[in-house]
Amino acid sequence: MSRPVTLFGWFDAASAASGIAVSRTTSPARRRAFAEAVAAWILAGPAVFLLLGLFLLPVIGVLLIAFTDWQFGAGSFSFVGLANFREVFADHAFRASLLNTVIYVLIVVPGTVAMGLFIALLIESGKSCRAFYRAVHFLPFMATLTAIAIAWEALLHPTIGLVNQTLAAIGLPTSNWLRDENTVLAALAVIGIWQNLGYAMVLFLAGLKSIPQDLYDAADVDGADLWFDRLRTVTLPMLGPVSMFIVVVVTLRALNSFDAVKVLTQGGPGHASEVLLYTLYRESFEYLRTGYAAAIAVVFLSIVVTLTLVQARVMDRKVHYL
Amino acid sequence: MAAVSIDGIRKSFGSIPVLRGVSLSIADGEFLTLLGPSGCGKSTLLRILAGLEMQDAGSISIGERVVDGLRPKQRDVAMVFQSYALYPHMTVASNMALPLRMRRLSAVQRLPILGRLLPGAAGAAAKIDMEVARTAESLGIGHLLARKPGQLSGGQRQRVAVGRAMVRHPAVFLMDEPLSNLDAKLRVQMRAEIKELHQRLGGTFVYVTHDQAEAMTLSDRVAVMLDGELLQVAPPRVIYGDPEERRIAEFIGSPTINVLNGVVRERGLIDVAGSTIAIEADAHPGTPVTLGIRPEAFHQTDHAGHGALTGSVRMIEHMGADLFVHLDLAGVDQPLIARLAAERTTHVAHGQTLHVGVWPDRVLLFAADGRRLRRHVAPSRASITSIREVAR
Repeated sequence: MSRPVTLFGWFDAASAASGIAVSRTTSPARRRAFAEAVAAWILAGPAVFLLLGLFLLPVIGVLLIAFTDWQFGAGSFSFVGLANFREVFADHAFRASLLNTVIYVLIVVPGTVAMGLFIALLIESGKSCRAFYRAVHFLPFMATLTAIAIAWEALLHPTIGLVNQTLAAIGLPTSNWLRDENTVLAALAVIGIWQNLGYAMVLFLAGLKSIPQDLYDAADVDGADLWFDRLRTVTLPMLGPVSMFIVVVVTLRALNSFDAVKVLTQGGPGHASEVLLYTLYRESFEYLRTGYAAAIAVVFLSIVVTLTLVQARVMDRKVHYL
Repeated sequence: MAAVSIDGIRKSFGSIPVLRGVSLSIADGEFLTLLGPSGCGKSTLLRILAGLEMQDAGSISIGERVVDGLRPKQRDVAMVFQSYALYPHMTVASNMALPLRMRRLSAVQRLPILGRLLPGAAGAAAKIDMEVARTAESLGIGHLLARKPGQLSGGQRQRVAVGRAMVRHPAVFLMDEPLSNLDAKLRVQMRAEIKELHQRLGGTFVYVTHDQAEAMTLSDRVAVMLDGELLQVAPPRVIYGDPEERRIAEFIGSPTINVLNGVVRERGLIDVAGSTIAIEADAHPGTPVTLGIRPEAFHQTDHAGHGALTGSVRMIEHMGADLFVHLDLAGVDQPLIARLAAERTTHVAHGQTLHVGVWPDRVLLFAADGRRLRRHVAPSRASITSIREVAR
């Protein structure tokens, strides 16, 4: 029996070490605990260092800057308290941006999950060309969206774009997709779904593979043998845990969407396609209002963290059956 | 309740034949066990019975009905799986109710909330709940109805799986190694419960196992399978004491039956392991035969020769009432295992030379190809005299 090694065991061990210096009666068990604690710190050291340097310290930095009026490159700043936050919540552009982000997420997440599941079920039900279909649907996830966005721009071009030409050919109304404030967000959401689809599909495929055949057999014997009954009795419930993971990850990715907006619309027309990260970027690096942007970043970070925690808590209880 | 008739079932997976023409009749209300080592095709046969696999050739009838090509739910069978296959997201009550809901409620009536509002649905659902509760009560899991499978112990899950099968009173119960995932003690307990269940319900049970103890204790008849073929179908007593083939004799019984090579010396005498035993074999002198001797067919004796085998004691296992004595015989590779009654066995020690007598009427004779050689035991005065002569 060895006692569990924790990083905090070090304090224990340190006092044990000082014990060695004071008296020579320290037990071998304590000396061993000290050695284990030292080894634990050495092994954990690089990760702790990176976590501090790349994550925790920058977050603290942003948090501090959010309470100042610092401008990027300025030599001096002063603390302004909550002024930045007051301004953020009073700003129409920010509120529009927040609303756009919410709408975007509400389209992209259900769309990606539903389409990803649908395609995974299709691929799993067929026997031929599975690897090909998997690869084809996964490609967009691998591609650099900045480059692919240009292809989308061509597709969605109001006059020579394939989308409008097709719609016109079958007699449906066309639109200037990326320049119309009624359609721009939806168009961006479609691109978002298209990009994340493959990721969701691959995870769903893995989830489908891990469903025990016995459950389908039991469903057959019990009389739940039509596809809809099988789906409801076995497939969907058993995909619960993987679905939760997909929802969390796709939500975060949708919240993080930036490149398509930057390349295709720059938030326009008006503020119709401005999302949080784009607002953050513009305030910080175009208008150089770093303190204000830091306040947006803090708001953004709180949303992301809250959402993740809520999703993990609520859904964990519902989808894990043990 | 229904009789089951299996006729010439063949099945291959790719180029590998799994069932090579299996025919079997199971009587209404019978408890039949398919017994065999893993890979012998017993589970495949059960799955074909259930309709989960399709046979390549042959036909299956349940009751008066030929069920080939019918889906599992149309065959009126229920199955208990080795993994239990409970739906992990459903409560025990919902798990057990599912077969009834799928049969008695329409697709619309099964919808959550809305379904309950449809005419007739509430009444039917209440009746289902009542039947589920009654079945659960009879299995001693009535207090677990609101739990989910993940919160249950192995034995409780096992009961839920049995309950799900029982609740709709199927014509045939199919059980695929249902006790394999339980620990030894629970397995013995559940074995007794399944036996009792069969007596209470009186249904036809087809039970697949590789555990001979389950097969011997539960079954009305045991069907021994090997390499996709049925070797023998008979009551447990017959399978153990009167096997048709050497493979069956070797598969059944623990410790394994002792197999010794012998030669027919003359009519009524067989030479084996440096001794001679008086057994009437239906074979010519000089024919090699195999003797199968169960460990309990030995008794301690104080002299060599005269239908006795002699060896040095290699190991002694105390089992309480009995001793398992492992003997090294001259010219025999495998140690012989004799099961001797502890109270009648004296002075057995490691390394000692021990004589064990063989009851001739309990020796099973097999031909070189493994077939059983029927023989008449002839403990006549003449043969005993001749043994004495030989011994001198």
